[in-house]
Amino acid sequence: MAQTAEAPVAPPPRADERLGRKSPLARFLARPEAGAIAGAIVIYIFFFIVAPPFRSAASFSTVLYVTSTYGLMATPVALLMIGGEFDLSAGVAVTSSALCASLFAFEFTTNAWVGVAVALVLSLLIGFINGWIVVKTGIPSFLVTLGTFFMLQGINIALTQTITNQVSSPDISTLQGFSSAQKVFSASWTIGGVNIRTSVLYWIVFVIIATWVLLRTHLGNWIFSAGGNPVSARAVGVPVARVKIGLFMAVGFMAWFTGMHTLFLFNTIQSAQGIGNEFVYIIAAVVGGCLLTGGYGSAVGAAIGALIFGMVNQGIVYAGWNPNWFQFFVGALLLGAILLNTYIRRRAEASI
Amino acid sequence: MTTTADTQTKVALVKLTDVSKHYGAVIALSDINLEVSGGEVTCVLGDNGAGKSTLIKIIAGLHQPTSGTYEVEGTPVSFDSPREALEHGIATVYQDLAVVPLMPVWRNFFLGNEIRKGPRMDIPAMKKMCKDELLAMGIDLRDVDQPIGTLSGGERQCVAISRAVHFGAKVLILDEPTAALGVKQSGVVLKYIIQARERGLGVIFITHNPHHAYPVGDRFLLLNRGRSIGYYEKSQITRDELTGLMAGGAELEQLSHELEGAGGAAADIGRELEADVSDLGISREPAPGDGTSARTSQEGSSRP
Repeated sequence: MAQTAEAPVAPPPRADERLGRKSPLARFLARPEAGAIAGAIVIYIFFFIVAPPFRSAASFSTVLYVTSTYGLMATPVALLMIGGEFDLSAGVAVTSSALCASLFAFEFTTNAWVGVAVALVLSLLIGFINGWIVVKTGIPSFLVTLGTFFMLQGINIALTQTITNQVSSPDISTLQGFSSAQKVFSASWTIGGVNIRTSVLYWIVFVIIATWVLLRTHLGNWIFSAGGNPVSARAVGVPVARVKIGLFMAVGFMAWFTGMHTLFLFNTIQSAQGIGNEFVYIIAAVVGGCLLTGGYGSAVGAAIGALIFGMVNQGIVYAGWNPNWFQFFVGALLLGAILLNTYIRRRAEASI
Repeated sequence: MTTTADTQTKVALVKLTDVSKHYGAVIALSDINLEVSGGEVTCVLGDNGAGKSTLIKIIAGLHQPTSGTYEVEGTPVSFDSPREALEHGIATVYQDLAVVPLMPVWRNFFLGNEIRKGPRMDIPAMKKMCKDELLAMGIDLRDVDQPIGTLSGGERQCVAISRAVHFGAKVLILDEPTAALGVKQSGVVLKYIIQARERGLGVIFITHNPHHAYPVGDRFLLLNRGRSIGYYEKSQITRDELTGLMAGGAELEQLSHELEGAGGAAADIGRELEADVSDLGISREPAPGDGTSARTSQEGSSRP
């Protein structure tokens, strides 16, 4: 097996004899998500040992659920980072979308699906505006989306209070179309005593789609080039501006999707929700191997980054520690991941 | 190999006649003539600020000349964008090469021109074509999957050249391809320039190094301060004369007079310089074989 593995493994362009010395381990380490996978295994083993409740299948399904709520957003955020941009408004944009859907449907007493559709338009529009300003002005997306982050945060709270005199949106579970929308966005089944929510499945599907787009389509090529060297990409005919706006809109789309999931799970939404989550998404992407400077990373890596986040989030609870340690852990994880990724990338590049 | 005789009968792929470029009151280029035919290398030599970049930008379609005519295969053209120039088969390989360092070689090769199969890319075909095209240029890469940033400067240059050739370039404009390279790497790039010429492409090779230009060039255009200070067929000029002109023979001569006038040690240096200048076989009237197509500036290039 070991002997035959060498030759037939090579894909269509015939294997070159000079490639033989690259071991499978070195090839694995050269992947962007290598560090995240190693980290996820270590953290899983760690909590498996220190937190007995962590070991059950039921609690792992909770971990997966928490992961999916972050992972859904971490996926387009990772694509956007590979495309060379940030979106700090991603966290509150989820809340904006959910508020928009619930307030619109409730105040105008429409079918819940109408609210859902209006929210989709709004979310795509927010993404488009973010992208359009970044592309047209050349101002770093960090600053542009910092601006929209504060604006959305303000609108979320102020508008909700003005309309409802409360800090949360009204319960929309009585509206027509609510139950069908709930079935689509936040259903769950119990299989063998383990509760599985659709958001986990959606998350996995979106990660697969994102990975396919990145690695198998010309769009993926364009995303990598838009982040890696936008000037060169433009020179060879890549529509960099459209790619970047599209990525911001993908973040908008997923903010809508995540918002709808949250809304139809709880029937109502807190207007101050989502603040700080934008960092979670970015951390998941970075832990998963995305370069802050763009042009490098993977959707699978971001998914594993989100999984690490989910495991730590729940693991601390299961271990019975003070939940405040969570923030410390997240910071340490980020720092550790960056150091590990930098080290691995240097080694991988040196071994080529 | 193309000889000087049959280039006269051939229609030049690119021909500039009395081209000038003004930026407001600044005269960046004045009355430049240049031509290149298939299977020929025309070298554009000049020091920093001589107007080489402006000339490239005109040929590449980034700028339009203020006056003069620009013909492609005998038809006058006026390009609004580099894309339009590209459609006429004029491809430019810039100094930064337009590659994305972290992306694999094959992705870079096809960037912006991906082969599609439905919604997907035809990755096996792309990898194979990339490898074959590079092999045709004599570059045998270990693995087209490696990031292009891991290639040497010369190899990267060659990938950029073969990419331009693959996507239908008839004329290649190479902007200082050897500027950032070591001696050996430069040699590799020069080899590919010859290879491109053998494949029937016209090459416009911009450089400030006469030692790189002379072995591969069929014609030499020398620029200084936006003016042509000489346009030679290879038969009309020797390597030493070319080097001398590039070194600014006239300026050196002027400098030697000034130094001699100063007396003392400076005068010694001045005399040495004067000897060098005469050794190089250049003076205020250079070009011993100043042919029909050749132009020399009358006033030399010393400061007024």
